Amino acid sequence: MAEDVCCLKAKLREKDREIAALRDKLAQLEKNPSSAPELHNKVIPLTPLTVKPALSNEDIMRYSRQLLLPELGVKGQLKLSRTSVLVVGCGGLGCPVAQYLAAAGIGRLGLLDYDEVELSNLHRQVLHGEENQGQAKALSAASAVRRLNSTVECVPYHLQLSPENALQLIQQYDIVADCSDNVPTRYLVNDACVLSGKPLVSASALRMEGQLTVYNYRGGPCYRCLYPVPPPPETVTNCSDGGVLGVVPGIMGCFQALEVLKIASGQGSSCGQQLVMFDAQDARFRSIRLRPKQPGCAVCGENASVTQLLDYEAFCGSAATDKCRKLNLLSTNQRITVQEYKSILDNAGPHLLLDVRPLVEVDICHLPLSLNIPLSSLEDRKSDHLQLLKEGISKLKQQMAGDCQPSVYVICKQGNDSQKAVQVLEKMSGSEVDNITVKDISGGLMAWAKKIDPTFPQY
Amino acid sequence: MAAPIAIHLEFGGGAELLFEGLKEHRVTLPSQLEPWDMKQLLVWIQRNLLKERPELFVQGDSVRPGILVLINDADWELMGELEYQLQDQDNIVFISTLHGG
Ligand SMILES: [Zn+2]
Repeated sequence: MAEDVCCLKAKLREKDREIAALRDKLAQLEKNPSSAPELHNKVIPLTPLTVKPALSNEDIMRYSRQLLLPELGVKGQLKLSRTSVLVVGCGGLGCPVAQYLAAAGIGRLGLLDYDEVELSNLHRQVLHGEENQGQAKALSAASAVRRLNSTVECVPYHLQLSPENALQLIQQYDIVADCSDNVPTRYLVNDACVLSGKPLVSASALRMEGQLTVYNYRGGPCYRCLYPVPPPPETVTNCSDGGVLGVVPGIMGCFQALEVLKIASGQGSSCGQQLVMFDAQDARFRSIRLRPKQPGCAVCGENASVTQLLDYEAFCGSAATDKCRKLNLLSTNQRITVQEYKSILDNAGPHLLLDVRPLVEVDICHLPLSLNIPLSSLEDRKSDHLQLLKEGISKLKQQMAGDCQPSVYVICKQGNDSQKAVQVLEKMSGSEVDNITVKDISGGLMAWAKKIDPTFPQY
Repeated sequence: MAAPIAIHLEFGGGAELLFEGLKEHRVTLPSQLEPWDMKQLLVWIQRNLLKERPELFVQGDSVRPGILVLINDADWELMGELEYQLQDQDNIVFISTLHGG
């Protein structure tokens, strides 16, 4: 009895909060109907989507070209308007997903991203403009979507999806589109979708390739059925390291939007046990038949061990971001700062500057007088590159005409590969090449651009 | 005695970078007593194609986590994985999973 009273009171309080939230929203809309969507920095309870009994004349006009398709029709269009979709990540994939779902008349669009718009995003994240730099991506995407179709309800979230908020968020949506850019988030989204029974339309892109699968859909496999063990962190390349041609995530995002629309309108997706691979170089799509749902899967299997969300960064051994992590492989006496290197240059101290980036990056920008030998060539002991290095060292020895060991300073973009190169060179010193003193330049060329030479390009 | 077999190997999703950037390799596996299976193919690849940093491709006697293997356009899980016996003209794809977006 007392328990019932308590429970009812709690329910009433919750309803009161909902009513208050609705009043606020109404007041805001009445005051300024074209104001920017409200940005949320936490998960909030959403009111149920209003069910449209029929299409208005404006709807009929707006969607007429797709209403003519027997595959969609009025029935399918109404279903779209009753469907809510959560887009995890408003980047290269999320932008076209949000754009096409809004254009097609999806009912509600949750747009989630923890990041802000940067200039280096604009080549692929096509909902954001130059004027949106520094703005939350979720808000920028929501504003663009609103311009396109103001009848779509947009809920922008400026937050990091986490084991604490993921279930509460995902439970409120019908379909989830994984447009994220890192491994821990992919496992987190998968597990949250399995635990809340939502279909997951997942795509990814890198360099000139893309992949797409629909997980946890009509008895098909989940992400973990395919990848029970996360990849070793050192084998994972992100877009800021590996690069990506903007149109490639564009194509994959459009594909993702297509599968979401098919599921939402009731046509169904055929990608539930299928991997679609796109190779932009050969202009080729390939569909691969995948394994069924695995009885031994840790989250969707018969005796699932994952019954609540975990610490995915620990599980994957990497951070839930595509930003570069900073390695610390060397001791401080094996490293110099960009300021120290500047004074070596100013004092014309004899040394060899070794740039260990791949050639494609050296073509973008480099310091004068640097010798380029990519880290991979050092690791593989490529003979023509070793020869170059030996020549560089012996020339330096002649200049120094002397007794102390020649100094080699190693530089790369951000100071990670340069540390690996120092370790390789130290092994080579005294055996494969003459004795040398090797140090890396901490923070690399990007630190040089920030602290020493503001005219040096950043990428 | 099993006759030599010609197979088509493909690497994608970045796995090709371990093979000098070459996505396609047409190879002939020599004749041997037993028929060739996937387990032996992985050893053969390691000895003949993959000269450096094998840990980026194999782990134990299988591929490392994050690489999907396809046999004639189907997930190798459907084909018996390491025990699958290779046939002449088979198409084997090793694809590294992408995570970017
Ligand atoms: Zn599963």
